Amino acid sequence: MDREPVIAVENLRAVYGDATILEKVSFQVYGGEIFVILGGSGCGKSTLLKHVIGLLQPPAGRIVINGVDITDADEDARRRVQQTIGVLFQADALFGSLSLFENIALPLKEYTDLSPEIIHRLVSMKLALVNLAGYDNHMPSELSGGMRKRAAIARAMALDPLFLFFDEPWAGLDPVTAAELDILIRSINTAMGTTIVIVTQELASIFSIGQRVIMLDRDARGVIAEGTPRELKEQTRDPRVVNFFNRQAPAENG
Amino acid sequence: MKASSARITVYSLRIEEPEPGDIVVFISGRLSLTEFNSFSSDLRSMLNGRSFHRLTLNLGGITYLDSAGTLALYQLEEEYRERSVPVVLQDASERITGILNLLNRKAHHISPLIPPRKSTHALERIGEATRMMGADFFLVMSFVGKLLTAMLGSFCNPSSIRWREVLFYMKSTGVDGLPIVGLISLLLGLIMAFMSSLQLRQFGAGIYVASLLAMAMVKELGPIMTAIIVAGRSGSAFAAEIGTMIVNDEVNALETMGFEPTRFLAVPKVLASMLVVPLLTIYADLFALLGGLLVGVFGLDLTAHTYIQQTRESIDVSDVFSSLIKAMVFAALIAGIGCQRGFQVRGDAASVGRSTTSAVVSAIFLIIVADSAFAIILHYIG
Repeated sequence: MDREPVIAVENLRAVYGDATILEKVSFQVYGGEIFVILGGSGCGKSTLLKHVIGLLQPPAGRIVINGVDITDADEDARRRVQQTIGVLFQADALFGSLSLFENIALPLKEYTDLSPEIIHRLVSMKLALVNLAGYDNHMPSELSGGMRKRAAIARAMALDPLFLFFDEPWAGLDPVTAAELDILIRSINTAMGTTIVIVTQELASIFSIGQRVIMLDRDARGVIAEGTPRELKEQTRDPRVVNFFNRQAPAENG
Repeated sequence: MKASSARITVYSLRIEEPEPGDIVVFISGRLSLTEFNSFSSDLRSMLNGRSFHRLTLNLGGITYLDSAGTLALYQLEEEYRERSVPVVLQDASERITGILNLLNRKAHHISPLIPPRKSTHALERIGEATRMMGADFFLVMSFVGKLLTAMLGSFCNPSSIRWREVLFYMKSTGVDGLPIVGLISLLLGLIMAFMSSLQLRQFGAGIYVASLLAMAMVKELGPIMTAIIVAGRSGSAFAAEIGTMIVNDEVNALETMGFEPTRFLAVPKVLASMLVVPLLTIYADLFALLGGLLVGVFGLDLTAHTYIQQTRESIDVSDVFSSLIKAMVFAALIAGIGCQRGFQVRGDAASVGRSTTSAVVSAIFLIIVADSAFAIILHYIG
């Protein structure tokens, strides 16, 4: 694995209205790794993700992606960085009025000068990659939740991004579909070398594919643990981490 | 050979012919989406004009490959295989082999499971539209039945009406609409009075501007204009609100809790609209008459008293009463069709948008139809 940090978050502060959700959050993501941001409901995981992908501007702190400080960059520079990013949103965010082909072809038509035939072949490849070969003309509403997730991954990968961000990719999926998604994410990471950042609270899949994890806590308003999934589960004494990994309510831990 | 792209050259191509007719192309550097076109054309121009019976692509120097780069290699491979020239991909690193294996080179040969949605023949479209209109009519009628039953049930048991909701919708439909209704009515009164004064003044009949405006506004334009504004503001909001609730399964949640969605969601909106739109209509009439008064006083040199007196003589209580009845019926139509279109939403956000548009268009259509019916009925009643 390339040990150069490709994403660096430094002293980030995130607010929601008047409330501070995250304070002095710092972490680094290295090239080609599967990095997991873990935490309970309401700890600010998705807000942190929205800051990292440039949808929200933090009131304090820096976010550097591939050497570009997106908190300080002008609109053009930020757009260029965003073109190297693919995002799978929690609710898949496929455009309901477009077919799967049109959904995936949209960024290719917008940002490249490739011929329609090449775009068709690339879209077919992406659909086959996520096991949806032949679903070109289906509308998102005609697919199951798992299929929509996979189609959204294909769209996120349309421009072969350097970074893939997944917001709760396993939410609402059955265990078999979730395991299939794990295999897909791992194969994309291994073969394409794509750096993958996943925001989640699912434990099973973290152990399956996560290489490094940070854990956020709502009361601490920041990172309370960092390491491999196994290190967090077996070596951390912090009761908040222990409770989370053992699926215990705070009182049960005594 | 360096890539002839205007961009930074990120790949290089070198050709060797170890044996006659056996070509080896050494590819190194980065092969990605941005280099697709330049790479494909560079490689082809390099190979064009050469005669060979075997082509080897040496991938040992490739540092980065994505799906577009892979496609460029696959395309070349296919092209020369069709010409019966075997193509060998050689020296690929483990990562490059991983990418080549991950991406299905024959994906584009897989036929779509369903055909693309093509635009159909005009006649077919007319037929489909007619069928849809018929189906829509039945849906609306069925909803009218449900709504009337729910309204009757609510009137028989007034404590079951969600009065807090009724007050909320009275505020959003009525009070919040006061500024825009007032402004539009005032301007409408000014325009009508001004335009008619230009004609009537020539015959010394400027005083009849007051009569014209009073009759037009109170009998026809007041209720219609108010209803159209309410359709745009509140009818669309009702459709969007209920439609979003459908998308979020909130309506299903209501049903599973034993609530009747029409009674729970539609009755407060319809009732609030029926109570508040007549008041809004009177308010609109007053502002339009004020607009006429301004033209009468400042443009026709009439006194305010004369203008008001002429206005009072032009209309009687029955005109105001019929206008209020009209407004109440229009309100029921606007709120009813807004709710019905909301309940019709299926699937996604685009469906909510369609239902919102349809709520406004259908409401305006129904307002005009109802107004025509009123014109005939009131004529025969005398």
